[in-house]
Amino acid sequence: MQDATRDAVRVHGIEHSYGTTRALAGLSMRVARGEVFALVGPSGCGKTTLLELISGLARPDAGEIEAELAVLMPQRDLLLPWLAAIDNAALALRLAGTPRALARERAHALFGELGLAGFEQAMPHELSGGMRQRVAFLRTLLAGRPVLCLDEPFGALDAITRAEAQRWLENVLLKRPRTVVLVTHDVEEAVLLADRVAVMCARPGRVIEELPVTLPRPRSRTEPGLVALRERALVALAKGMDGSGPGFEGGARRQAGGGS
Amino acid sequence: MSALRRVLPPLVLVLVLLLAWELYADTRSGYAVLLPPVHEIAAALASNASLIASDLATTARVVALGLGVALVLGVASAVAIHFSRLARDAAYPLLVGSQAIPVAVLAPLLVFWWGFGVLPKLFVIVLICFFPIVVTTVDALAAVDADQLKLMRTLGASRWQAFRFAEWPAALPGALSGARIAVAVAVIGAVIAEISTPGTSSGLGHEIQLDLSFATAQATARAWAATSVLFAFALACFYAFGLAQRRLAPWTARARGAYV
Repeated sequence: MQDATRDAVRVHGIEHSYGTTRALAGLSMRVARGEVFALVGPSGCGKTTLLELISGLARPDAGEIEAELAVLMPQRDLLLPWLAAIDNAALALRLAGTPRALARERAHALFGELGLAGFEQAMPHELSGGMRQRVAFLRTLLAGRPVLCLDEPFGALDAITRAEAQRWLENVLLKRPRTVVLVTHDVEEAVLLADRVAVMCARPGRVIEELPVTLPRPRSRTEPGLVALRERALVALAKGMDGSGPGFEGGARRQAGGGS
Repeated sequence: MSALRRVLPPLVLVLVLLLAWELYADTRSGYAVLLPPVHEIAAALASNASLIASDLATTARVVALGLGVALVLGVASAVAIHFSRLARDAAYPLLVGSQAIPVAVLAPLLVFWWGFGVLPKLFVIVLICFFPIVVTTVDALAAVDADQLKLMRTLGASRWQAFRFAEWPAALPGALSGARIAVAVAVIGAVIAEISTPGTSSGLGHEIQLDLSFATAQATARAWAATSVLFAFALACFYAFGLAQRRLAPWTARARGAYV
């Protein structure tokens, strides 16, 4: 039994529809303070909608959401092309009224930590995809909210850059613990980064299985415990897709191509 | 090398056209009242240089003033229309319809109201320039990525901050494109204003009208000389705005490899 006072996010019986499409049906979940909670599920299972609800960008049709202040990191980096990397990272500080010099100073401290030292003045188009994502993450982190909602943050990166990104995310979170709700279509990413993985099914979206991940950090994607958990999650995913796919391997591959 | 490659094609094209003009006009006797050969136009330009220069100064002044007023009013209206559905619904039909008002109908009334000074001409230019500026700016503001605005919201931006940090810079290139279109029509607008406003005593449009009324070969050559100056002036204005666009919104010029 979880202690309710330690929850950073509590969602109960959420219903949400777009027109006649039911995106979420009776979804409930809890995320403890400081926990990294991953949501995996097929395209269109309402993962993005759920993050928008948690971060207060939309209101549910029914149900209750209690959450500490949350900030959303969208799938696309959405860096402002007219601002240098450091000003993009410091955007939330500027919006909160911090003077430019001070905002830059605070962002600067984190640039080194994420391997971005020397790129403070670079314009977004001069950065690689992986670097842009790092700047976008810094922007999210510097918003200073206790809860981070990450919507497939590495979905658009190639495999090598993604592995690198997962490593820096893990490191940053070890140093600066936050409550994280991570939406991903990559089951391996979920078990690698999360304390708990929730598997969702689609149309309407709801959680069908929760897997605690108790492996010590840092984790390796090849360690047997992690591989076993990944398989369990994939089986749950395949079940969630009505078992209509050609086994979970095929289901997983369809996943990886899909996005949400 | 690249500068030469840019300048050479239009230069060659203009020279070829001028050569064709010269040959065509020079071989037809009795045509001079209608279409003087190029060398006679050049001679007229040289011998009337100071007259045409002072006409240009008059026209350039009213174009600059009109364009400035149209820019301020146009951008302000576009922002109002962007923020207020009511403003859009109320003003748009009027805006479009205003483009169909023949200046010749309006000009005597304006002179009756405001006298023979610069004001009636200014009004005509503003009327003509206003439309392209408003339409391009409104469209540019509306084209801002919805995800970008969602991001601004999650980072804690107020409506005004979202405008200042995201929408306005994103719309600036569009507004400047409108200004470039406006600059070209402003020149012809000034000529129309000078021709149709009673009591006009200087300006390139006035000069052309006067010369054509003489119906002599010499006067026609002078009218064409004034026209060639108008041509060059419009071109210079257009490129000046292109340069301003690159200065004010460098990120677009780079992204598109824009020509001007």
